[in-house]
Order: sequence, then structure tokens, then C-alpha cells
Amino acid sequence: MEIIFFYLVALVAVVSGFLVIRCQSPINSGLGLVNTFFCLAIFYVMLHAPFMAAVQIMVYAGAIMVLILFVIMLLNLGAEARHRYTKGIVWSSIASLMILANVIFFIKRGRVTGAEGDITAFAVESFGHTELIGKAIFTEFLLPFEIASILLLVAIVGAVVLAKKEV
Amino acid sequence: MISVYHYMTVSAILFALGTYGVLTRRNAIVIFMCIELMLNSVNLTFIALSSHLQSMDGQIFVMFVMVVAAAEAAVGLALMITFYRNRDSIDVDDMNLLKL
Amino acid sequence: MYDKLWLIPFFPLLGAIINGLLGKRFIKNEKIIGAIGTGAVFLSFLVSCKYFIQLLGDSVKSHQNIVASWISVGNLQVDWGFLLDPLSALMLMVVCGVGSLIHLYSIGYMHGEEGFYRYFSYLNLFVFSMLMLVLGNNALVMFVGWEGVGLCSYLLIGYYFEKQSAGDAAKKAFVMNRVGDFGFLLGLFLIYWTLGSNHGVWTINFVEITKNAHLLSGDMILGTGVTTVATLCFFLGATGKSAQLPLFTWLPDAMEGPTPVSALIHAATMVTAGVYMIGRMNILFAMSPTTMFVVALVGALTAIFAATIGFAQNDIKRVLAYSTVSQLGFMFVAMGVGAFTAGIFHLMTHAFFKACLFLGSGSVIHAMHHALHHAHLDDDAQDMRNMGGLKKKMPITWATFGISCLAISGLPFFSGFFSKDEILWWAFSSTRGNMFVWAIAVIAAFMTAFYMFRCLYLTFYGEQKTNPKAKDHIHESPWVITLPLVVLAGLATVGGLIGIPHAIDIAHIGNKLNAFLAPVFQHSQELYKIEAHGTASTEIILMVFSVAVALAGIFLAYVMYRKNPELPAKFTAKFSALHRVVFNKWYVDEIYDALFVNTTKKLGIFCWKGFDVKVVDGVVNGVARLFGVIAATLRHTQTGLFQNYALTMVLGTAVMVAIFILN
Repeated sequence: MEIIFFYLVALVAVVSGFLVIRCQSPINSGLGLVNTFFCLAIFYVMLHAPFMAAVQIMVYAGAIMVLILFVIMLLNLGAEARHRYTKGIVWSSIASLMILANVIFFIKRGRVTGAEGDITAFAVESFGHTELIGKAIFTEFLLPFEIASILLLVAIVGAVVLAKKEV
Repeated sequence: MISVYHYMTVSAILFALGTYGVLTRRNAIVIFMCIELMLNSVNLTFIALSSHLQSMDGQIFVMFVMVVAAAEAAVGLALMITFYRNRDSIDVDDMNLLKL
Repeated sequence: MYDKLWLIPFFPLLGAIINGLLGKRFIKNEKIIGAIGTGAVFLSFLVSCKYFIQLLGDSVKSHQNIVASWISVGNLQVDWGFLLDPLSALMLMVVCGVGSLIHLYSIGYMHGEEGFYRYFSYLNLFVFSMLMLVLGNNALVMFVGWEGVGLCSYLLIGYYFEKQSAGDAAKKAFVMNRVGDFGFLLGLFLIYWTLGSNHGVWTINFVEITKNAHLLSGDMILGTGVTTVATLCFFLGATGKSAQLPLFTWLPDAMEGPTPVSALIHAATMVTAGVYMIGRMNILFAMSPTTMFVVALVGALTAIFAATIGFAQNDIKRVLAYSTVSQLGFMFVAMGVGAFTAGIFHLMTHAFFKACLFLGSGSVIHAMHHALHHAHLDDDAQDMRNMGGLKKKMPITWATFGISCLAISGLPFFSGFFSKDEILWWAFSSTRGNMFVWAIAVIAAFMTAFYMFRCLYLTFYGEQKTNPKAKDHIHESPWVITLPLVVLAGLATVGGLIGIPHAIDIAHIGNKLNAFLAPVFQHSQELYKIEAHGTASTEIILMVFSVAVALAGIFLAYVMYRKNPELPAKFTAKFSALHRVVFNKWYVDEIYDALFVNTTKKLGIFCWKGFDVKVVDGVVNGVARLFGVIAATLRHTQTGLFQNYALTMVLGTAVMVAIFILN
């Protein structure tokens, strides 16, 4: 039962991803991307990471995609003309396929070792995923977390400075 | 039974799709979205392995990837607005200043 | 206490720096520049005197003063070190003493010259180099001085660099010296390497080399003894620096420099470097009878060869130059027959009388030049055919010049007599001596007396042949010029008394010089059985004979140039071919030009047009063109579109990972 559901979601995710790269209109691409994000959120839930799923939907589907769609509409972008060079498409296909083949090879060959941590499905259910993540972030990863906040601040300042008409 | 390899295969397919998109599309915003797609495929791998190994570290990494993606979105989109303002286009074929 | 030895070369270096850097812009005043230059050398002279006297009263005769470490690489340890022993002490006295007199003289001679400061700076630098050469306690410090005097001679010979001939002469001197230096270095390397690798004594310190030289006796290289090969190399160096066959031609040309320079470099100090070097390494030379014989033979041949050329020259300085070459030949004869003391003795006396002769000729030239200049004539101020009868006009110059002529001819009780007879006696009777060498040396002594008196008669006697307009403007030179002349003439007269031969030592003064230098030379002379054997009566007979020979030379000159002045012309007419050959210096320069200079030039032109232009430039241009072609092809990949770059990057990554997988 679960495996069928997985394949279904996986199919939707891949088809949506395909739409992202094939659609003429950037709006359609964006909607395909949102769809992919939702599928990934479902995967996260299936992987016992409900907090990450929520963050995925809120940050990606909510914030980033809205920002992107907003810019698309702000710039009033229409459909894109066909790519001029077939040469670029051919070589790009070869490159992507090689990447795919390489990664699949590693996945097939790889031996992921057994579980070693203590964040079992049971633990997640009994304590709550949010609490576990919170503990990790505010104890072990406190410094990187603070630095990330500074990074965000800098990005905000940079975005404002770049987008302003006159400084 | 769904193994970690299933998730990773999906992730690989999405990553390859993102790569193809970055290399072929001419619209800068679509390229940008393809990059988001690649980042997300990596996120999927992180969380799948984190769940499989029963460790929280992978998920923390995903948090940081998201932070970087958000920052990138803000700065990248601001750049695109500036570029559009100058060239009246966000076609990457118009971005050829690297050639002298 | 010998720890202030470094002061001796330091003063002239300081003088050279002050005059060289500040002379043109800041000091300007000739008197101050001259005082700094002369004072620096005179201070060195005072310090040298102090140490000389100290050494006389000291029982230990060899002192080293290490100032700083210079090179320290593996087994090679080289210090800036100085060595004071009787040999270097004596040389110090000669170099600083004669040097300061010449500096004093130069103040008068160079008066009004444009490059006055430059001249004194070079002169001080020259004395500095010579003192480094003399004082160095190891071969490398000596080599610094050795190269330094070569450089300074180049600078000083080319002092009038606006004259083509002066520039050429400077280059010639430099190149010829370099040929010799090459030999010096080879010899040094050979000794250093053989001592080190065969016997574990890695050293270039003279004291150490002397101590360990006996170890080399069995070593062979190229089927010959190491000492023979090494000393032949050293001797090549000596021939370059001391103007012996075959590298002598630079010295006569070096007369292009100002006359005091000729006196300093080409009579008193620099050319004696070769003799000094052999003296310094006497034990190595003593170990190789073959080299000793070569040294003696080359010396004797040079002595007679240069003397023949001296017969026919009309330029007063050139006569003196060939006389210098010839006298240096005598010194090498002395070194070659093992009479080290006699060689150094002759070096010293020669420094006195030859410096006096050069300075005297300089005084004459100075007076002539002024007179001709005054009368607006451009006759040659150095040509003896324009002189004559100057005895009355320049009495001091005449007297000192005459005394020096007597000394160089070897008339009894002048300094040259003692040193020259000592050499002849050793050549005749030494275990390393040889009748053939002795005979040549005696003939050369005869010739010396002849051409020196020819020079004296032509310059100072007979009727005055100067252009009548200039005649009355010739005056005696000022005191700064005549004072050094008088001092040097005095030394040339009495300087020989420190080395009275045993055979005629009636007053039992003893041979002071012999005793003084014994710590340096006695060791090798005893070790390798070099001694003069013969009875006192034989020595006296030889002495009388050589005096007779000298008198015969003087008499011949008197007959030809004083009694019958028309005789030389008849003589040259009769033997015109011979005269032409001798007048043209046996065409040695022309032969060298044909053999070496033109060959080198042709080789250079071949290397330039054939090799450099075609091969080297061809390769360089070809490489450039290749890159041009490659770049023209590859520039199409630079589209400026980032997607192309990204594609290349992704493809590259993918291919590399694939290669990793496939491996």
C-alpha cells in the first residue's frame, strides 16, 4: 500500500519537475515547481520529519515561490522563444544524463550503513519532531544558526540595495 | 518496503532535470527555479538519509540549505530586477559581458 | 694584538666611497678630494708601519684576523679574514708606501682634470683591492682583491674614456686579465677538491694549505701530479695579472691611462700580484719542479722578448712599459728557480725605481704637455723624438730619473744591483736553476741597461728637439710631483741594502730580508731541497760579470745615442726589416688578432646571425605563433554566455566522475 503511494507521489514530483523545465511560460514553470515542493513535503512526512515538511511548504512554496511569481508578474514576462541552438540542447542532455547515470551508479553501489542515531520513529512520535529539532539547533548548532541569521540580514540589505533605483 | 534508495533515485532524477534546465533555458527566472529544484533534490537526499540513519544532523543541514536558498532568492531576484531595468530583458543571451 | 688589521684596507675603501659618492656634487674642491684620497692611503700606511714594526719584534710570525664569516656551506668555510706574515707585511709597506707617494704626486699631475674626484675614487678603490689581495688569509678573499685590481685597472686605463684607444686598451686589459683569472680559479678548485676529497682537509685558507700541502704529493690527475696541474693553472693566472708571455700585450696598451696610474698599477702594485701569489703558494710550486721550470723559462723569455721591443719604441711610457714586462720576467725567473726571497726583493726594489721612472716620465710629459699646449702645438708630448736636452730645464726630474736608470741597470750599490744579482746567482746555482735560463737573463740584463740609457739620453741629453715655440715654456714640476720623485729615488738608491748577499757582506750586516722572509719560504725550500750551492768566489765572479754586462749596455747606448747620434739611423736603415718587426712589437697583437680576436668575432657573428636569429629567435617566434594559432582557435569558445561555461563545467565534472567510476 505504502509503496504504491510512494510511486504515485514520485511520479507526480518527476512530472512536475519536467514541467518546470519544459513549460514556455515562466508562470507555468513556477506552478510546476510548487507542485514538486508539495510532493517533497509529502516525502518528508513519510520520512518522519513533519516539521521539515511544514517548513518546506511555508518557506519554499509559501515564501520563495511567491517572491518568484511576484517578480515574474512585476516584470510582466511572457512566453520564452524556442532555444536557438540545438547544439546546446544536445550537449546539455548528454551532461544531465551523465550526471544521472553517475548518481544512480553510486546509489546502486552504495551501502548505507544501519541506523546509528537515537531519532527513531518512536522517539519522534513520543517527543515531537519540533522539540527534537529545536534542541539540536539551540544546543549543538547554535553558532551556525546565529551566523545563518546574519547571512539572511546581509541578504536583505543586499537585495534592498540592488533593487533600489538610486542609492 | 520503501528503502532509502528509492528516495535517492527520485532525488537523482530531479537533480538531473534541474541541471538540464539550468543549461538550456534562457529565461533567467526559470534558470533560477531550476536551481531551486536542484537544491530541493539535495534536501530530499539529506532528509532521507537522516531518517534512515536516525540522526538529526541531515535535517539541520536542510535548514541551512533553506536559509541559503532564501538569501539567494532575495539577492538573485534583486539582481534580475536591476538587470531588467538596464536591458529591458532577463534573457541570459543578453548577459554576455563576460566576453570582454 | 693584530685585531685591527682590517683597518688597513678599510681606509682606502672609505676614501673611495667618500670621493666617489660625494666628490662630484658636494666636495668639488680639488684640494679636499686629493687630501681625502692621499690621507686614506697614508693612514693605511701608518697602520701598516705599526703592524710591520710589531711583527719585527714578535716571535710568532703568522697572525690571522677574522672579521666575519662570509660563506658557510657544507665543508666550505670562508671568512673575511686577514693574514699578516712577513710576506704580506712587506707587500703592505710597498703598496701603501709607494701608493701614498703616487697619490700625492697625482694631486699635482691631475690638477684641473674634469674627473678629478673619479680618478681619486678609482685610485683608492684600487689600493683597497690590492690590500685585500695581499692581506687575504684565504684564496677567495685574495680572489676578491685579484678581481678588484682587474676592475680598477679597467676603470683607470679607460679614465680618458672619450678616447677610443683608451677604451679599447681598458677592454683589452680586462679581457686578458679574465683569461688569467680563469686559470687561477681552476687551480684553486683543483687544490680545494683534491685536498678535501682525497685527504679530508676542506680548506682554502693559505695557512692550512701550506700546512697540508705535503699530502698532495702522491695525487695524480690526467697522468700528472695534481700540484703540477694546479700550479700551472695558478701560473696562467699570474701571467695574466703580471703581463707575462703569452698574456703580456695588455700592459703596454695600458699606458693610455694617466701616467701616475701607470706608475701605480703597472709598476708598483698590480702587476706584482702574480709574483706575490706564487710567493704565497710557494710550497705548492716547490712541490712541482716541472711548473717551476716553466715559470723560470716563461719569465726568462718574457724578459728578453719585451726587452727587444723596448729597443725600438719612441713613446717614453711604452719603453717603460716594456721594461716593466721585462723586469717582471726577472721576478718570475726568481720564482721559477726557487729564489722566492730574491723575487720578492726584486719586486720591492722594482716598485721603487720603476715607480720613480714612471713618475719621472710623467713629470716630463706634464711639462711637455703644458709647454706644447701653451704654444698651441699638437705634437706628441710623449714622443722622445720631441724631447732631448731637458737636463737643464728639469734638474730634479733628471737626477731622479738617472738614479732609477742606474738602479734598474744593476749598477753596484743601487737597489737593483742587489736584487738582480741575487736572481742571477740563484738562476746559475740553484738546484732548480738552469744555465740556459741564466744566459737569457744575462742577455736581458744587458738589453735593459741599453734601452734604459737610450731612453735617458734621448730625453735629457743632446740638443733639444722640441718645437722652438714651445721650448722656453718647459719648467720643472711643482713640489707635489718632485717630492715623491726624490723619496722614490732615495729608496731606489738605498733600498737594496736590506738584502746584501753573503759573499760581499764585508761589514757583516747580514741579509736582513732573507732572515725576515725566512718563516714564509724556508719551510718549502728545506722540504724540497731548493738551495743555491756554490762558493762565494763564484758568486763574486758572476757579480762582476753582470756588472760588466750592464756597463757594456750603458756604453753601447752612450756610443749610439750620445757620441754618434746618427748611428741609430744608419743601423735601422741597414736592418730595416728587423727594425720594422721589433718596432711593431713582433706583430704579436696582429697575430693575436688573427688567431683569437677575429676567430672569436667570426664565432660571435655566426652565433648571432646563424644561431641566435635563426634557431633561438625561430624557436621563440615559433612558440609565439603556435600560441597565436591555438588562441585563434580557442577564442571561439569564449562566448561570454555563462551557460556555455556552466555546460563545460558540468560536463567536466560528469566526465571526471565517470572516469573515477570506470577505474
